Amino acid sequence: MRMSDFVVREAISAQLTASQKEAVIREMVDNLRAAGFFKGSEPEDVVKAILKREMLSSTGIGEGVAIPHAKHGSVDRLVGAVAVAPSGVAFDSVDNNPVFVLFMLISPQERPSEHLRALESVSRCLKDKNFVQSLKEAKSPQQIWDLICNHERGA
Amino acid sequence: MSESLRQTVTITNPNGFHMRPIEAFIMAANRYPDCNVTVAKAGKDPANGRSMLALLELYSPAGTELVIEVSGPRAAEALQALVQVFQLNFDEEEQPTR
Repeated sequence: MRMSDFVVREAISAQLTASQKEAVIREMVDNLRAAGFFKGSEPEDVVKAILKREMLSSTGIGEGVAIPHAKHGSVDRLVGAVAVAPSGVAFDSVDNNPVFVLFMLISPQERPSEHLRALESVSRCLKDKNFVQSLKEAKSPQQIWDLICNHERGA
Repeated sequence: MSESLRQTVTITNPNGFHMRPIEAFIMAANRYPDCNVTVAKAGKDPANGRSMLALLELYSPAGTELVIEVSGPRAAEALQALVQVFQLNFDEEEQPTR
């Protein structure tokens, strides 16, 4: 699975406006909503599911990266949103450092292998420190999308 | 001379070796900071047993066999602690939403 298979191009943000964990999650879910996902009260429900997962342990895995995620019945395929917070977000990360790059994954129920495949492809990219640095410096969603596609071509 | 020990485990968790079990694995590994810990899947290079990204990149759904290898002081104890992580249930508190 490639990142461009599940990252929603219209749900990429190069300049997150929120700076607190919950607000950041809300903004990313709203980007997915604006891209045509979810209806009615579903966005709020998705936010709650992600926050519930964060309560178990932070998905801020260190080195400025977080992968907030949840299973939710409102999607029939795995979808992802990407956001960059140029000034960093406190995310209760494992290394206590702020988060600059976020990959959000919402997966349908009962498709654990799809979720693992998405984590595999996100991890493959995030292991590349140059890629992460380029993401941090990206100025537009288009630039982030191009970085993702270029990385896939090179990988 | 330090001993090097290995054990194969099979992933039984229906959700596979996902972020939370990996996190528990890394926490167990970090209790043995002087040990070298790797995790390998057939056909892939051994991954650093303390790296979330490296372990996620292994892609280990239910049924996957993983070889845990530990070397260094108290390797036997460390290996036992690491293997025990695979017997924990991580999903009962993570009820799906709708």
